[in-house]
Amino acid sequence: MTRRTTAKTLLAAVVATAFSAFTPAFAWEPTKTVEFIVPAGTGGGADQMARLVQSIIAKHNLMKQNMVVVNKGGGAGAEGFLEVKGAKGDPHKIIITLSNLFTTPMATGVPFNWKDLTPVRMLALDQFVLWVNKENPAKTAKEYIELVKKAGDGKMKMGGTGSKQEDQIITVALQKQTGAKFTYIPYKGGGEVATQLVGKHVDSSVNNPIEAVAQWRAGNLRPLCVFDNERMPYKNKVAGDMSWNDIPTCKEAGVDTDYVMLRGIFMAGGVSPDQVKYYVDLLEKVRQTPEWKKFMEDGAFNQTAITGKEYADWVAKAEKLHEGLMQEAGFMAKK
Amino acid sequence: MQEIQSLMGGFAVAMSWFNLALMLAGVSLGVLIGVLPGLGGANGVAILLPLTFTMSQQPGGATSAIILLSCIYWGALFGGAITSILFNIPGEPWSVATTFDGYPLAQKGRAGAALTAAFTSSFIGALVAVILITFISPIIARFALRFGPPEFFSVYLLTFSAFVGMAKGAPFKTIAAMMTGFALAAVGIDTVTGQLRLTFEIPALLKGFDFLIAVIGLFGIGEILLTIEEGLEFKGAKAKLNMRVVLETWKELPRYWKTSIRSSAVGCLMGIVPGGATPASFMSYGLAKRMSRDGEEFGTGKVEGVVAPETAAHAAGTSALLPMLTLGVPGSPTAAVLLGGLLIWGLQPGPLLFVEKADFVWGLIASMYLGNIVGLIVVLTCVPLFASILRIPFAIIAPVILVICAIGAYTVHNSMFDVWLMLVFGVLGYVFKKLDYPMAPLVLALVLGDRAEDSFRQSMLGSQGDMGIFFANPLVGTITSAALLLLFWPLISRAIAIARGRNGRGG
Amino acid sequence: MEEGKSVASMRAAELVMAGVFLAFGALVMWDSKRLGSAWADDGPQAGYFPFYIGLFIVVASAANIFRALNLGEKGRAAFVEWGQLKMVLSVMLPTCVYVALIANPWFSLGIYLASALFIAYFMWRLGKYGPAKIVPVALGVVVFFFLMFEIWFKVPLPKGPIEAALGFN
Repeated sequence: MTRRTTAKTLLAAVVATAFSAFTPAFAWEPTKTVEFIVPAGTGGGADQMARLVQSIIAKHNLMKQNMVVVNKGGGAGAEGFLEVKGAKGDPHKIIITLSNLFTTPMATGVPFNWKDLTPVRMLALDQFVLWVNKENPAKTAKEYIELVKKAGDGKMKMGGTGSKQEDQIITVALQKQTGAKFTYIPYKGGGEVATQLVGKHVDSSVNNPIEAVAQWRAGNLRPLCVFDNERMPYKNKVAGDMSWNDIPTCKEAGVDTDYVMLRGIFMAGGVSPDQVKYYVDLLEKVRQTPEWKKFMEDGAFNQTAITGKEYADWVAKAEKLHEGLMQEAGFMAKK
Repeated sequence: MQEIQSLMGGFAVAMSWFNLALMLAGVSLGVLIGVLPGLGGANGVAILLPLTFTMSQQPGGATSAIILLSCIYWGALFGGAITSILFNIPGEPWSVATTFDGYPLAQKGRAGAALTAAFTSSFIGALVAVILITFISPIIARFALRFGPPEFFSVYLLTFSAFVGMAKGAPFKTIAAMMTGFALAAVGIDTVTGQLRLTFEIPALLKGFDFLIAVIGLFGIGEILLTIEEGLEFKGAKAKLNMRVVLETWKELPRYWKTSIRSSAVGCLMGIVPGGATPASFMSYGLAKRMSRDGEEFGTGKVEGVVAPETAAHAAGTSALLPMLTLGVPGSPTAAVLLGGLLIWGLQPGPLLFVEKADFVWGLIASMYLGNIVGLIVVLTCVPLFASILRIPFAIIAPVILVICAIGAYTVHNSMFDVWLMLVFGVLGYVFKKLDYPMAPLVLALVLGDRAEDSFRQSMLGSQGDMGIFFANPLVGTITSAALLLLFWPLISRAIAIARGRNGRGG
Repeated sequence: MEEGKSVASMRAAELVMAGVFLAFGALVMWDSKRLGSAWADDGPQAGYFPFYIGLFIVVASAANIFRALNLGEKGRAAFVEWGQLKMVLSVMLPTCVYVALIANPWFSLGIYLASALFIAYFMWRLGKYGPAKIVPVALGVVVFFFLMFEIWFKVPLPKGPIEAALGFN
């Protein structure tokens, strides 16, 4: 009896192994460690998201192979993008993007384009909020812009992360829309910008929600408007009796400007549809976990998450948009 | 004293067997990470972040997770000194200044003393910083807020002034070496304009020259080549190998109390601001050399020359967690990763963390005390073991060191190009030594150049080109004046001497 | 050749080194000019500091060249003797081969195998050890690093055919 059971189990195991050996014919799976490349340094927004994805995958055993996060932030991310561009056909490398997917090649002339990569899926869109110090007399975006205009061109300082990247692009778009003129001061990281604003070394910032939320809750900063075409959906009270949802859009506030940043995943060029599908599904599983949902709410992300052709079209449109903004601002690299 | 009460609560959280075991594991891993050049504290913590994710989701688990990660950080702070002293290879950027006197000490057969001094000073630096964090963190956080670009620039200038003027030898060689450091620091993307500088369209140059690559090559490989030229053996093989060396060194250490106090102060300031542990160690070494009675003999193997940078580095590394917790601004690359960790675990670092997650914060602070004690015990008991590495014959240890250097250079950016670069720096280090080009100004310029230039240009953007901004308020004015005074001290002191001489003759 | 014979004089070495610095400084200045090296309304341009840094390097190197030419007796001293150079090369060349073997476009061994071979060669050639000592040291070190990086820390280092055969890739 015992022997037969053992034999049966053994048989079952053999059959299972045989089947699992065949599975690659049905669906592709990674056969070695997957490198998750972050085209930015450790500790930034993209890095956090990548490490969260890695942690969730490890915790819930969503993938048989390991995933490692590799930071390649040199040259405003060019290092990372060039690496993936050079890994044509390699299905074991994925990369998370910031807006530097568009801005870096335009501003530096480093030869790469998102078309060198295979779009996998959008994970979320990162929001930008116009922040001022709590002691700033302006209570609305409109009032603040009036203050900037009254102070004179270049007298008020806008702090942001990096140069010729998303924060400066928003600043330029805001200037174009309203006619106010800021002096833009680039810093190395978002947390640094928020602190500089609290310390009144700059007059305003366009920090992501997650970069400034702690200072908002502590009553040191005031959000004026969000650069999106609709309000953030999160209605839980965050700071005092304010929720993310209570922040008006910039359009409502009378300074019609919008900008969201892509947090999307790409693979190298020349990979098969099977391989893309694997990662699309994997990341969908990640999106369904409670940890991911909590992170989205903490950071007040826009949870749009499209795939396939819809995603590629979105990226193409975003590229056009950036090209226009960069050209107008005179940020394009000289040929 | 409300703080004491909170701290006791923190000890109650941190003192579980599980947490103590985590501390031991974290510190040991950290020492290992610190010893290996390249795989620094930041990388080490980042690598283990996913491991702690599951842990952090349990009730009270976030405290355990941060204890594990921060103890890796303490371990790395301790461990960086080991290879600096034994082989002239700084395991971490902040232990470069430790090589200046630590390595000569080891060559004299006093590796045990150098290691003991380094570990003990690290501990003292950390202790001072933790006490500061425990009792006056709100005040410190407010102070840190006063630092804008002009203030940062003046601090970098101060670091630089404290250190230059020390180099002996041909002034033109010093200038050439130092300026080369600045030039290498400029390679890559320019923060202020987003332009690529000195990259010549070579992809491998996009990421710039990493300080660690240069240091592993210049110091480590260069030293091996020099040693080989002299014959195949390391000096200092006759290091004492028992625990008595620890006690003997402890007897000597109280003599340097002034240096310890000064270095702790420098370290805490640089950690809080945050200027970073590496500049802190250089500044502290420079000040000690100027102010100590034995200053002239620094660089030949003085225990005091180990005490100064190690105290400051550890004080800065520890106090760097304060702006991270209270402001959400990382004071060091490792703190940046820890900050990311907090966010991933669903905590929000910032002014409210102390109120909303008091358990977590005070547990962490208590673990800083405990973790550093655990760390000190671990590394001190290993002093004879570390020192005995020098007894291994050269033909065995040299290839192992070269392998470690290669792996270290690779892991900094996962790049083979960096490994080749390290070899080039190695040859450069060898030639530098033989031709009397000083290396310290080069590495200091490499580590500070970029940041100093950024903060200078940020200041200029803000003031629209007005240099007056460096004297615009008492804080920045004081630091700038102190920096200029230090920088021109040789000239000033000569002028004073001449004036006195004249008076003497006149009277 | 004689062991104690000078390969290069101090003067020659000083001149070469200063020449390298001079060229480097000129290169830095040239690239900075391209970026714009003026002081604009809102402070220095991207190339401002590098330009003057380059200038400083050029001037200092010129001064060093001048000094090297006037070294006199000291300049004739040996920078490196033949015996010394032979020792240095006996380490430097294998190290270069080692790094080349880790990863190259044609024939990569991966870092672990290359390290084992390098340690073994070094011990055999310079330490005159026998296999009884070489094998445990070379293998032990490499296995330790393998466990540490690939298993514990999950830091991928360059790998080659052996790791692939073992299923690690």
